[in-house]
Amino acid sequence: MSTALRGSTLLRHGLFFLALALVLLLLTSFVFDAYTNYNVTEVAIYAISAAGLTVLTGINGQVSLGHGALMMIGAYTTSVLLTWHPDLPMILMLLVSIATTGIAGAIVGIAGARLRGPYLAGATLALAVALPQVPSHFASVFGGNQGLTVVSPAPPAFLGANFSPEQWLAWITLAAAVITFFVLANLVRGATGRRFRMVRDNEVAARLAGIDVARTQVLAYMISAACAGLAGSLFAYWVTLTSPSGFTLTLSLSLLTAVVIGGLGSLTGAVLGSFVLVYLPVKTGDLATTLNLPSNIANNVPTAIYGIVLIVAILVFPRGIAGGIASIVRGAGRIVRSSRSPAALPASPESPSQ
Amino acid sequence: MSGETPDTTAAVLEVAGIDVRFEGVVALDGVSLTVRANQIVGVIGPNGAGKTTLFNAVSRFVTPVTGTITFKGQSLLGLPTWRLAHMGIARTLQGLGLWPTLTVLENVVAGSPSRTRLAPDLLALPSADRHTASLREEALANLGALGVADRAGAYPGSLPHGVQKRVIIARALMARPSLLLLDEPASGLSATDVSELIDLLRSLRTRMAIALVEHHVDMVMAVSDTITVLNLGQVIASGSPAEIRANSDVANAYLGQTVAHA
Repeated sequence: MSTALRGSTLLRHGLFFLALALVLLLLTSFVFDAYTNYNVTEVAIYAISAAGLTVLTGINGQVSLGHGALMMIGAYTTSVLLTWHPDLPMILMLLVSIATTGIAGAIVGIAGARLRGPYLAGATLALAVALPQVPSHFASVFGGNQGLTVVSPAPPAFLGANFSPEQWLAWITLAAAVITFFVLANLVRGATGRRFRMVRDNEVAARLAGIDVARTQVLAYMISAACAGLAGSLFAYWVTLTSPSGFTLTLSLSLLTAVVIGGLGSLTGAVLGSFVLVYLPVKTGDLATTLNLPSNIANNVPTAIYGIVLIVAILVFPRGIAGGIASIVRGAGRIVRSSRSPAALPASPESPSQ
Repeated sequence: MSGETPDTTAAVLEVAGIDVRFEGVVALDGVSLTVRANQIVGVIGPNGAGKTTLFNAVSRFVTPVTGTITFKGQSLLGLPTWRLAHMGIARTLQGLGLWPTLTVLENVVAGSPSRTRLAPDLLALPSADRHTASLREEALANLGALGVADRAGAYPGSLPHGVQKRVIIARALMARPSLLLLDEPASGLSATDVSELIDLLRSLRTRMAIALVEHHVDMVMAVSDTITVLNLGQVIASGSPAEIRANSDVANAYLGQTVAHA
C-alpha cells in the first residue's frame, strides 16, 4: 500500500482530495449555518483564483496585477450567456467561462512573455484599470454600471424542499475548488511545475535545457487565467449581480496580497490567504461594532487592520503563513530529533518555497 | 552510441567564417571551427578573445552577421536556442546555471529535453509518473557515472564547487547529446578533479563530439584532439596540441613561457 502510494501521484493526491471533499461535505451539511456557508463559498471562490495566481507568480515568476480583471471576464461570460439563455446549466457556464478566460489569459500571456518584472506588472495593472470601463461603453450587452443579474442555482428536487440555496452553491463551489486544487497540486509536483520553476529561476539555463520559455510562460498565464475564470463565474452566481464595481483594482490587489500573506507559490498559502481576505474584514467589523466606535472610525477599522496584518505577516513570515508554519514544524522536528540524539546535528538542507 | 566504427571524418559541428558584432565592436572576425564525431576540440585564448561568444553563436544566443553554422549538415541559424537540446546539442554554462530551488536529482532531470504532455501531468495519470520515474532513473545513472549519486537529494547551494561541476555535466548528458559544449569545465577545480575530468571526457568521447572553452591550458593540451586558438576575435592557430605548442604566434600572443616549458 505504502509503495503504491509513493509510486502513484494519482492515488496519493486523489485520496487526499477525496478525503478533503468528504470533510467539506460534512461541514457544510451538518456544522455550518447558512451564513457560514455563504462566507465559506466566498473563501473558496477567492482560493480558486488565488491558487491560479500563486502558480503564475510564485511558481512561474510572472507578476499579475490583473487577476481581478480576469475574474471579471469569467463572471461576464456567465452573466451575458445567462441573460441570453437563462436555462443553460451551471456546469456548462463554468466550463465556458474557464475557456474564455483561459483564451484571454493566453493573449495576456503572449504579451507578458515579452515583458519582465515591473513592465509586466504595469501592463496587467492597465488591464485591471481598463477592463471595468468596458461594460459602461457597451451597456446593451453588459448592462452598463447597473450590471446583469444572475439567478443563483436552485438545489435539485431530490435534496428536498427545505435544502437551502446557500448550501447548494457552497457544495458546487467547494467541489470546484477541490478539483482545481487537485489539478494544480499535480501540476506543481509534476514535470510542468518543474518547468515553470526552471523558467522562473534561470531563463538561459532553461533554454539550454530545451524549454521554450515563451511558450511555458503563456501556458502558465493560460492555466492561471482559467482558474480566475472559474472563480469569476462562481462569483457571479454567489453575488447574483455582475457589475463593474465588483471587479475594481482593489480585487486584483487583494488577490495578490492574499497570495503573498499565505505564502507565494504555496497552494495551502492561497487557501490561508483567502481566509484572511474574507474573515479579517468580517471579524474586525464585528470588533468595531462591539467597541461602539463612531461610524466614521468603525468603517475604516477593517482596512487599517488589513494593512497592519499585511505588514506584520511580511515582517514575521517573509515566506507567508504557509512558509511560517512549515519552518515552525521543521524547527520543532529538529528539536525533537536533537533531543533524541544530541550528538547528531542534522544538516538538512532548507527546502525553499514548496 | 554513434556507431560501431567511429567515422572520424564526419563533421558534427561546422562553423564557417562567422562574424559577430556587438554594436559595431567586432567580437568574432571570420572564425571557423570544425568538430568531428568522437573528437575533443579545445578552444583557448586570452580573456576577451571571443571564446564564449563563439559558443553563444552556436547556442543561438547571438546571431553572426556573416558565415554559417551547421550541425550534422543542418543550418542552426534561424533556430531558437531551446530547439538545440532536442537536436542533441548540450551545453554547460560557465556560471553553472543550476536551479537553487531544485534538488540535484531534479536539476539533472531538468536537463532532459523530452516533451511532457500537459493533460497526463495535470491529471497525474500513471503515464506521467512512469515518465518521471524513468527520467529519475536515467538522472541517477548519470550522477552515478560521475561519482556523485549520493548527493542526489541535496540542494546545489550546499555542495562544493567540484561536485556542482559534475552535476552540470550530468545534466547536460540528459540530452543524450551528439555534441557537448563545455564552457570552462575545469575552472575552480582541484588538480585531482581536473585529472578525473580528463578521464571523464576521454570516456565520453566514444559516444559524442566535445568542444570545450577553457583557460586551463595544460588540461586542454592533455585532452584535446585539435585545438583552436582565438585572439581578439580571430583564429590565430588551429591544429594538434603538438602543433599549437610549437606555434610561435600562439606563444607570442597568448601562451608566453608556460607552454614552452610544458
